[in-house]
Amino acid sequence: MVGINRAIQLRRRSAAAVAGVFAATALLALAGCGSSTSSASGSYGFPEAKQETSSTITVWVDADRQAAAKAFQKANPDTKIQVVAYDGSANGSNSFRTKMQLFDRAGSGWPDVVFSTQNNDAAWASQKSGGKEAFAGMLDKGLVPGDTLAKFTAGSLNPCTVDGHVYCLRNDLAQAVLWYNKKLLDQFGYAVPTTWEEYQALGEKVAKQHPGYIIGTAGDAWTPEVFFWASKCQANGVTGPKAVTVKTDTNECKRAASMLDTLRGNGTVPVVSVFTPEFVKKYSGKVLMMPGPAWYAGAIFNNPQSLNVPAGQLGIAAPLPWKGEDKPVTGNVGGGTWFISSHSKNLAAAAKFVEFVTTADDYQVNVAPGYPAYAPAAEKWVAKQESSKYFATSLEPVVTAASQIWDGWGYGTFSQEAIWAKTVTTAVTGGKSIVELLPTWQQAIENQAKVNGYTVN
Amino acid sequence: MTIAPPSDQLVAGATERRRPVRPTGRAPGRTRIGYLFVSLYALLALAFGVVPSLYAVVLAFTNTDGGFAGLANFTKVVGDFRFWPAVLHVTTYLVIWLVGLVVFVVGLALLVHSVRLRWASTALRFVYYLPGALAGASSVLLWLFVLDPTASPVSGLLRGLGFDSFVAVIQPGHLPAIFAIIAFWTGAGGWIVIMYGALNNISTEVIEAAQVDGANAVQTALQIQLPMLRKWIAYMGVMSLAAGTQLFVEPQLLSQASNAVVPNDYSLNQLAYQYAFQQNDFNGAAAISLILLVVALLLSWVFVTRGGLFEKE
Repeated sequence: MVGINRAIQLRRRSAAAVAGVFAATALLALAGCGSSTSSASGSYGFPEAKQETSSTITVWVDADRQAAAKAFQKANPDTKIQVVAYDGSANGSNSFRTKMQLFDRAGSGWPDVVFSTQNNDAAWASQKSGGKEAFAGMLDKGLVPGDTLAKFTAGSLNPCTVDGHVYCLRNDLAQAVLWYNKKLLDQFGYAVPTTWEEYQALGEKVAKQHPGYIIGTAGDAWTPEVFFWASKCQANGVTGPKAVTVKTDTNECKRAASMLDTLRGNGTVPVVSVFTPEFVKKYSGKVLMMPGPAWYAGAIFNNPQSLNVPAGQLGIAAPLPWKGEDKPVTGNVGGGTWFISSHSKNLAAAAKFVEFVTTADDYQVNVAPGYPAYAPAAEKWVAKQESSKYFATSLEPVVTAASQIWDGWGYGTFSQEAIWAKTVTTAVTGGKSIVELLPTWQQAIENQAKVNGYTVN
Repeated sequence: MTIAPPSDQLVAGATERRRPVRPTGRAPGRTRIGYLFVSLYALLALAFGVVPSLYAVVLAFTNTDGGFAGLANFTKVVGDFRFWPAVLHVTTYLVIWLVGLVVFVVGLALLVHSVRLRWASTALRFVYYLPGALAGASSVLLWLFVLDPTASPVSGLLRGLGFDSFVAVIQPGHLPAIFAIIAFWTGAGGWIVIMYGALNNISTEVIEAAQVDGANAVQTALQIQLPMLRKWIAYMGVMSLAAGTQLFVEPQLLSQASNAVVPNDYSLNQLAYQYAFQQNDFNGAAAISLILLVVALLLSWVFVTRGGLFEKE
């Protein structure tokens, strides 16, 4: 009997979950009626709650960022914080938004500071939702000093900027660069490509001369961000809080698509996710090069659970331009963000926390695994990485790439990665080419944008 | 039956369940005890079943400001580009699953029932039942490994079918069958045990009479046992249908595990979830839930009437 109950529960839980949520919200809504937060017009550009300067602030972080909270506590023992671990809204869980919407309905319960692994949260958090005040506090009207904001790497606050105002601080950057194995490249006698055309030509050479070796992957959901974003393909031209321009029939999109099709065809850019056992099993020691975000270094190359490339082999080249284009641009794959709640009763402490975790050496340089978004911290971080002697080349290209992220690709509320995965990845695995899928991709983006309330141009 | 019917079936089951409580010449004390037993369930059903359902009805017919919206929410969700694909997905899954469930559960139950060796029969029932003892979501997690050719214990079979990677296995066309297999694996064992119990209830005299008349095992199964199982099969159909239309856990987990290669709006319930939490449109989500409820009720009614579930002998 238990089995059937279970089986039913298994599916019922969903309905029960939805129903439960309704119930919970109903109860919370009732409970919330009495305790409406009195909001006077604040001095930071949004109506703020009555401030209690010594109150404890609640901080939501993911598992990796608990170290940030710990570093803050050590440096500021007088500021009381309560740390709550959550999944960081990662892997499409969207839990940040989910939870805040429930708090919105309840009218209370918001945390003071939230860390998110995603880049598309400012898009919704900066907007009023169902008549409720926007969750994210505006940061550039005095809550965070202007000169602190100015020291963030150029363009790094773009995902946090909506309608000209900054709603979050960037934790780390995820600019795409060209990672390569210097030892293998020297051994095979290949030069590091300097354009995407040379990259493709190299792939064709590798396929013939050293089959089995790869020069990239196209199986992850961020494939469009690495290849199409860097090719200035306007698939995600977010032009306003609720407007997006989608054009996948341009030459910029086609050249990236056709390059990927060629390299997929000869096996040098397989459609395999880098986070699968399959990737590690098949391609350990066989990754000649791989365009990808800054965090590939720690997550894939210098990771005993993944490729585990020994010290002294991994080189970094600047993002590639297309032939005839004067200036290379690159894409971006994630990079965390810190939000301050507009409902916080202790904005001063919340601001202090967020400034600390994004700028202080105690965390960003000494502890953080990713490339800091705050430029002075990034400099020191790079120096520290170089002194570790892991990399075979200078880290200079990573620094350059940080400010080369193409600004024609925006940060909307819906996930481009999810669209790519369900429309393009599945169809490519089913035997279609990316070039012929470009219109399908366009349609899928338009549909998704529209149901999320965007107007599509 | 200790199974609490899903709240969706409250209406369908209400007449039946009220019946025993009726004071038909029984001692009044027993009735009171009955109320006591049922009260806890009733309270919980009210708080987590009926009230939320009513709240969903209210939400479905109102807009974000609480004003009456008529059918606007319904036309909106039905016009959503994801709605009809989701309907198709769930329908395909339901057909595969329900047919598979009825055929295999009844078949296997008859098989186990015909096993004369006591220990073999017990062992088989235990084995069938075992997967169902795993907690819901964790058994789906187990399948994530089974479906990945690089980690699967049946990778040889997967590769033999031409699937070299996880993504190749979870192609959109394969999903209804995959979900049906997962659901069967996790849920069918319990039903087999129930069917076995039902078969035990058929009087041996009837079976013996059939055998005396010269019926072989197949004829006995088809002519005697199957018709006498009709109500049980209908019951299984009703319960499974309600569960099946609410497909959620399998696609949701598979979606996260495959980094969205399996869409996060595959089933209707997922679409409702997307409405509530991605689009912050609780009214749209409620409209989808309500549509699901109505469809599930209609289909249940067909099963109930066709299966003669509440007919008295």
